Amino acid sequence: MPLLERGRLIDDDWTDVADDLPVPARGRLILPLARWLSDHAPGPQPGRSLGVRLPGDRPTEVDRLVGRFDGLDLIAIRFAGFRDGRGFSMARLLRERHGFAGILRAEGPLLPDQLRFLQRCGFDAVALPEVARLADWQRFLREISVVYQPAADAAATVLAYRHGARAVA
Amino acid sequence: MYQYDEYDQRLVDERVEQFRDQVRRRLSGELSEDEFKPLRLMNGLYLQLHAYMLRVAIPYGTLSSAQMRTLATLARRWDRGYGHFTTRQNIQYNWPKLEDVPDMLAELAKVGMHAIQTSGNCIRNVTADHFAGVARDEIEDPRIWAEIIRQWSTLHPEFSFLPRKFKIAITGSPNDRAAVKVHDIGLRMLRNADGDVGFEVIVGGGQGRTPFIGETIRAFLPKQHLLSYLEAILRVYNQYGRRDNSFKARIKILVNALGAAEFARQVEAEWAHLRDGALTLPAAEVDRIAAQFAPPVLPPVAEPIPAFDMARLTDPAFGRWARTNLFAHKVPGYASVLISLKPVGGVPGDATADQMDALADLADRYSQGEIRVTHGQNLVLPSVGKAHLPDLWQQLTALGLAEANIGLVSDIIACPGLDYCALANARSIPIAQRISQRFADIGRQHDIGELQLKISGCINACGHHHVGHIGILGVDKKGEEFYQITLGGKAEEDAALGKIVGPAFSYDAVVDAVETIVDTYLVERRSGERFIDTYRRTGLAPFRARLYGETIDAAA
Ligand code: SF4
Repeated sequence: MPLLERGRLIDDDWTDVADDLPVPARGRLILPLARWLSDHAPGPQPGRSLGVRLPGDRPTEVDRLVGRFDGLDLIAIRFAGFRDGRGFSMARLLRERHGFAGILRAEGPLLPDQLRFLQRCGFDAVALPEVARLADWQRFLREISVVYQPAADAAATVLAYRHGARAVA
Repeated sequence: MYQYDEYDQRLVDERVEQFRDQVRRRLSGELSEDEFKPLRLMNGLYLQLHAYMLRVAIPYGTLSSAQMRTLATLARRWDRGYGHFTTRQNIQYNWPKLEDVPDMLAELAKVGMHAIQTSGNCIRNVTADHFAGVARDEIEDPRIWAEIIRQWSTLHPEFSFLPRKFKIAITGSPNDRAAVKVHDIGLRMLRNADGDVGFEVIVGGGQGRTPFIGETIRAFLPKQHLLSYLEAILRVYNQYGRRDNSFKARIKILVNALGAAEFARQVEAEWAHLRDGALTLPAAEVDRIAAQFAPPVLPPVAEPIPAFDMARLTDPAFGRWARTNLFAHKVPGYASVLISLKPVGGVPGDATADQMDALADLADRYSQGEIRVTHGQNLVLPSVGKAHLPDLWQQLTALGLAEANIGLVSDIIACPGLDYCALANARSIPIAQRISQRFADIGRQHDIGELQLKISGCINACGHHHVGHIGILGVDKKGEEFYQITLGGKAEEDAALGKIVGPAFSYDAVVDAVETIVDTYLVERRSGERFIDTYRRTGLAPFRARLYGETIDAAA
């Protein structure tokens, strides 16, 4: 599956580790949440990156992860559908309230015109549908240049332009 | 009035070009209708029974004369010569061609207007008291805060895919003219014991198939906290509102399921993290916006005003109009003028392009170039010198816009119904037309007095029938149009939901039934009682007796 990460299209080299299989010693690996939270969660190891996946329709799962970010390089949120906007709140909470600094990836049947919203809410990677036209997705990053509200990204809001950066610090 | 600065303008211009490209790709076949649908629904373009419908936002119901002329241009150049003002301070065009819509939006953008978020499961056009800024009973102009909310909610990255659409209404006066108790969030401005201005925050009101009167979750919110508090409410709703059933997805269902106290607790817990954060507006920004809503400079004129009083005495038609169509202005010697879009036999809320242009001229001449749209589907010239009223009235009469029926039985709110809407069970507009014809005698209407009649073509309640003194709801009975009548609804600060009077009436019988209800009121009323007062005293019984005879009690 193609992956749009920090604006670049790359091959997705993260792989899922099923519940009952041993965690490989190397590679980029996504674990089920329960396994990450259990007592026998794998520890840090050179050559290995670890991530977890949260279902985008269960916002309370964010609270279970809080305090367990150590050694966690990626959180994937799988949206149930493009109309289900819960993942946007989950992402902002992970970034702005709980300070998760790793890769935050959106997955699921999303639309190209949601890309900018995803980015503003703190996602820095999106797993694109197999048939996606990259141009369609990137288009939505450029088309609207004005943002009114503060969010999880660094975009300067209109307030900063209107009143200078200090007014909104 | 608020003037777009370069940032507001740029966003709207960019949005037009974005949509132009989306339409181009749809027309070339690059996008399927399935792919295009979510894109057009982000921009107020619906597919109705017969054609596309474009809904244009009129934020907080305020229009300049230049904006009104643009609305007329759209109607004339790209539609069938008219537009339809809605109960949510929007205007709808019922017959645009898809390929024309980008040009329509570009024309709107020139006067600082758009169709952003007039559809979709997002925060919709914010509505406000149509007398904002000029009402005598007002604490502060609510449009300052409505504009602040407009900007905050525009393309909000977190809240553009909510469980369901989300409507916010705001009033700056203790007398609620924005129906704040039947919105997802209602904001009522008030002053606390220390004299500070803030908002009562009401959540979870709504109509549709499960109507609720909203619950107060915060008695007083200091105004500088408005955006962080709204963000907290929306965040709780976005995460925990139901998404399994679109009929149960509005915030009212969540508030009701949790109970208002628990919902409030969750909001306060979220707000504890957000308050005093980045959403606290700098005073300079509030001042910048407030300055643009500075009241017009109106030199007070000592009352009485002989030209006005003379005309009232000598011309009964003018006198009648002055009784129903004027509203108290905060500056002595002025009035706000209500312009009825409910002529006898007309379509409630429709205005022709020529009428819109003429009204823009009248606004320039008599009312500082300002016009308002009411949620009752009428228009307002907010600040007219009383000495000019007889002249204005003459000109409105010539335009067919001087119906003296504001607040009376023919001032009907009706949804588009089966004439346009794909969801309808029954027609609404012809019922409204027939009722207004039945009560065409304006003297009789004045004798009946204040009476709000509201019609919806299905349970979605776009015609607000739940809060009509008389509510009419179109239902389907074995493929035939029937109409269920409710009595006693009210949308203001003493809001109430109507009660079903009895079995539904056929298309042919419903106008007779309304007349029977009105006649019953006339028999029952005590001196000084409005319809709603009589109903609240007597309840349904006398109305049921007259409508159904004895049989109803035996059957019930
Ligand atoms: S109430 Fe029903 S019929 Fe009327 S406009 Fe709304 S959805 Fe359509």
